Amino acid sequence: MSDYLFYPGCSMESSAKAYYHSVMSVCKVLDVKLNEIDDWNCCGATEYLSLDLTPAYALIARNLALAEKQANGSNTIVAPCSACYLNLSKADHYMHEDKAFGEKINTALAAGGLHYDPGQLVVRHLLDVVINEVGMDKVKEKVIKPLTGLRVAPYVGCMLPRPDYNKRYSDSEHPYELDDLLKAMGAEVIDFPLKTACCGGHMTQIGPNTAFELIRRLISSADEYKADVLVALCPMCQMNLDAFQGQMNGHFHTNYHIPILFFTQLMGLAFGEKPENLGFGSEFVSAHEAMKRIGIQTPMPEGTKPAPKKPAGLPMPPPRARAGQKVTIGNEEASE
Amino acid sequence: MNDQVIVNHPPSAGPVAQEDLALLNEVAMLTPGESHLEMCIQCGTCGGSCPSASAMDHTPRAIFAMLRAGMRDDVMKSNTPWMCVSCYYCTVRCPQDIHITDVMYTLKNMALKSKMVQDSTASDFSRTFIKYIENYGRSFEIGLAGIQNVTHLRLATRLPNMVPMALGMLIKKGMSPMPPKRIKGMDDLKKILKRAKEMETT
Repeated sequence: MSDYLFYPGCSMESSAKAYYHSVMSVCKVLDVKLNEIDDWNCCGATEYLSLDLTPAYALIARNLALAEKQANGSNTIVAPCSACYLNLSKADHYMHEDKAFGEKINTALAAGGLHYDPGQLVVRHLLDVVINEVGMDKVKEKVIKPLTGLRVAPYVGCMLPRPDYNKRYSDSEHPYELDDLLKAMGAEVIDFPLKTACCGGHMTQIGPNTAFELIRRLISSADEYKADVLVALCPMCQMNLDAFQGQMNGHFHTNYHIPILFFTQLMGLAFGEKPENLGFGSEFVSAHEAMKRIGIQTPMPEGTKPAPKKPAGLPMPPPRARAGQKVTIGNEEASE
Repeated sequence: MNDQVIVNHPPSAGPVAQEDLALLNEVAMLTPGESHLEMCIQCGTCGGSCPSASAMDHTPRAIFAMLRAGMRDDVMKSNTPWMCVSCYYCTVRCPQDIHITDVMYTLKNMALKSKMVQDSTASDFSRTFIKYIENYGRSFEIGLAGIQNVTHLRLATRLPNMVPMALGMLIKKGMSPMPPKRIKGMDDLKKILKRAKEMETT
């Protein structure tokens, strides 16, 4: 059993509950103990940095300071969200590299009675912990229901392999860690050329046309490679590709249907966990059909269940026409 | 046959003054760490790598040339930093190791302070996002998307998309329409942010 400080991030409590539940389930199987940082705050995503750099870094550093206080045996923070991971490691990196900047941020933290010594903590993404700390051997041991026959597009996104201050990933544009992990789950992993292309980030809210184009590239590429599902490891990526896939289809008059899942959801299935406990059924683009093909029954998303058949009762009279309107009965027109 | 030579004169940037690197240095100073901004060799790898370059009025390369030329107003008015999606492709591909994404954040900060931002869609989104953090310590996705859609994305054309989206968020994803629970250390966080803002203005 190894202990880690856990920074869940805001999405895990709202839009990415599926990720939260599957992370918890997978970590239990892998003996990874996650101690949530007490009273953590939002990392500010990419938005606070755009407005005011000093408060933005102070906001991130408050989490580091709280984590440092709580560190007991473990000094590694695990973040499952790529944006949170990057922000935490960015603040640590720049406070360490630029001493004057570090002091400035600490002066701000002192107003709230906190302090952070840059370099004291190690910030890692969950994927990195699973691959490099838990190790592939242990992960492979736990696979009891391999996902044989499932074609998966491994999508890493931007903020994990780039800028990668600590050089933890095999490549900044074509890293293979996620591919290896999914292969170990027994899935058929496509050589996804756009695995680190951008999902559009906040552009869905700022310039939807730009976002739709970026989403289309990823979805159409996964579709071209005949992927059954696309796997993400960041709540933002999952949200953009899943929740906006319908709007993107409308924008380009296409009809793509690629379910977007979190890598931990597939890991959980391979570890033998029930789909209900892994957040299946909360996706916009239902994974039901794709998973059924490999013999896994996942819940249908709420609101997409087939409508119950209308009871066959007595034939009803034709609708009455409102004044001025025409009602068509068969081929004849009736009017009042 | 027409053997007339057509000469394309480059657009004039006005009379060439003595090189004044004040603007370039200011941006480099405000960027945490070593930005290497002064090392730009104008290769254009950044713009060629940028997924949202088509939405920008100047490519990042052009912005760096403008910074060197001291074209402050043009840079402050540019939408380039606001279209940046923070994908860091330019940053890792830059042969001079310029921290381009971080420079873009600095330029956004400067543009807001200069009050020369032309389109507030992006900055208002950031402001709404931060308002929730400054009140609750956590972000609030539903409130944020709601406000942004109502204020900026032409409600009438977006409405047909917004309804299924909102329903999906609430029903499929089980998101709460209520604001997040306030963190316990909210008072301390406010003090931290207040001091940070004071330091930024001095």
